[in-house]
Parts: sequence; C-alpha cells; structure tokens
Amino acid sequence: MMDELKIAGKTFSSRLLIGTGKFPSNDSMRDAIESSGAQIATVALRRVDLSKEDGDILSYIDRKKITLLPNTSGARDAKEAVMLARLAREAGLSDFVKLEVVPEPRYLMPDPIETFKAAEILVKEGFTVLPYINADPILAKKLEEIGCATVMPLGSPIGSNRGIKTRDAIAMIIDQSNIPVVVDAGLGAPSHAAEAMEMGADAVLVNTAIAVASNQSEMARAFRLGVEAGRSAYMAGLGPQGETASASSPLTGFLNRE
Amino acid sequence: MKITLNGNEKDISDEIVLSALLSEIGIDERGTAVAINGEIVSKKTFHEKKINAGDRIDLLRAIGGG
Repeated sequence: MMDELKIAGKTFSSRLLIGTGKFPSNDSMRDAIESSGAQIATVALRRVDLSKEDGDILSYIDRKKITLLPNTSGARDAKEAVMLARLAREAGLSDFVKLEVVPEPRYLMPDPIETFKAAEILVKEGFTVLPYINADPILAKKLEEIGCATVMPLGSPIGSNRGIKTRDAIAMIIDQSNIPVVVDAGLGAPSHAAEAMEMGADAVLVNTAIAVASNQSEMARAFRLGVEAGRSAYMAGLGPQGETASASSPLTGFLNRE
Repeated sequence: MKITLNGNEKDISDEIVLSALLSEIGIDERGTAVAINGEIVSKKTFHEKKINAGDRIDLLRAIGGG
C-alpha cells in the first residue's frame, strides 16, 4: 500500500508542503516547487497593487499538480480571518484554508481563542480548515473535535529557522491526534524536517528556509530528501535509546580468549 | 464618478458594472476576489453588479505567502 498523506479525503504522495513567500523571483519559486516535489503550496491574499505590473504568481504554479492552500495571514482576529478565507474561495483559489490569526508582529504567535472561533465558522461553511497553532495538545484536540482537517503546530517562530523547540508538546499532539499533524514554522534545515517526520508528524510545511537559501531549488530538494528520510525512519521503527553502550558485535569469541 | 479603489480615490465611468470596471483597469477576473464596502461580491454577479459613486472597492489576488 502506498504511504500517502490524506487530508479531508484528498490524497498526496508528498509530505512536504511548501510556502511561496520571500522568493527572489517567481521563476525561482516555480523551480523550488518543482524540486521540492510538494503537491500543496500556500499563498496569501492581498490587495492588488494597481500602480505596478507584477507577474501573477498563479501563472507560475501548475494547478494540475499543486493544491493551493491560501492562508489568512494578515488577520488579527477571527472576523478578519473568516473574511480572508471567504475572499480566497471567491477568488477561486481553494476550499482549503490555512487558518492563521496572528495579533502581534514580534513573535508572530497565533491567537488560540480567535483561531478556534474562526475555525468553528469556517468548518460550518464547508471549508477544509488547516489551523496554524502553537504546540498546544488541548487546543489541537479541540480543533479536531470541531472538524478541522489537520492541525499545524509550530516548531519555533515563523521565519526563525530555529527548528523544533516545542518537541515535547508536538509529541503529545502526534500521540493523541486522529487527524494529520503538520509541523509548520521555524524548520530551518532538512534535519529539522527529518526530526519532525521521525517523531511521527504526518507532514511539514517549509517556506523561509527554502526561499532565503542561495540556491532555492537545491534547498527544496534537500528538504524533500529530509522529509522522505524522516518518514522512512518513522515507518521502519527507530531503535530504542539506551543509557549505556550496546556493542554491535558479540564481545566473545576472540582468538586467544575463552 | 469617484470611487475608492484599494484605498486610493479613482475617477471611473458612470453607469458601470463590476466586470466592465475590472476590464477597464486591466484586472483579470479569474483569481480576483472583490469586496464592495466590506461585502464580498460573488463572482457570478460581477457582470450585473452596479458600481455607485463613493463605493469602496477592494480587489485582492494571491501573492507569495507561507
């Protein structure tokens, strides 16, 4: 049986979700998506800047291969997040929504109360809701109970590249979750992505680490390999850790000893 | 008549519907979401939605994001 990621009845062979922000150009973003193997890509929604002729990001994303995951970035409360999700749907982007409600810019921590309120509304309106949350096992469970399609706990602050600083709480979320757990935010190196996957996360979402690399396409490939390595290790079953050494060969049977 | 388009005042033709306004300013309907005075306009009604003087119109499209 294929090891597939299932989100709201849709199946994906890739467990790497990619963000499209911060790339130096649309061409480099398109190449990075291609080498990442990702089948889900996040986008944001903003007012069109009528004063300049920008290349349309959508013309660089092959929507036959890629499911768009519009986010609600910029929303500071539930009301704004719901509005952005509805606008994204009306723009024809997707029924999928990465729900993020972030009230302050320094640490960009998600607001659990407003996120929950918005999730309740959006689930009722038929959206497939993927909420971005702090690594809070209780919140994750409550979001599952009201019908969210995944939970997306953060490893460390958005764009910080610091890796998984919330390891114990993410392990609890993975242990208790019946919906996919996507570790999002802060994954700065393929080893961080591998770590999340080894822990049993169902997928990871990476943007900054790929977009700010000198070679975005190569970094995207590296993350793809990291995710695959971590997933294979999880499926294969990691050996137990021990306090003392455990020799790899028997310590008996030498030539001159009993 | 004058409207506010994405935060800036703009002079447009009188008696115009939304889809005509979009083509007048060179915006592709596909991939565009529109709110008028804070209310989302359904794409199905773009061709009949009349614009009134003083309307506050927001046009949104996808950009890069994580």
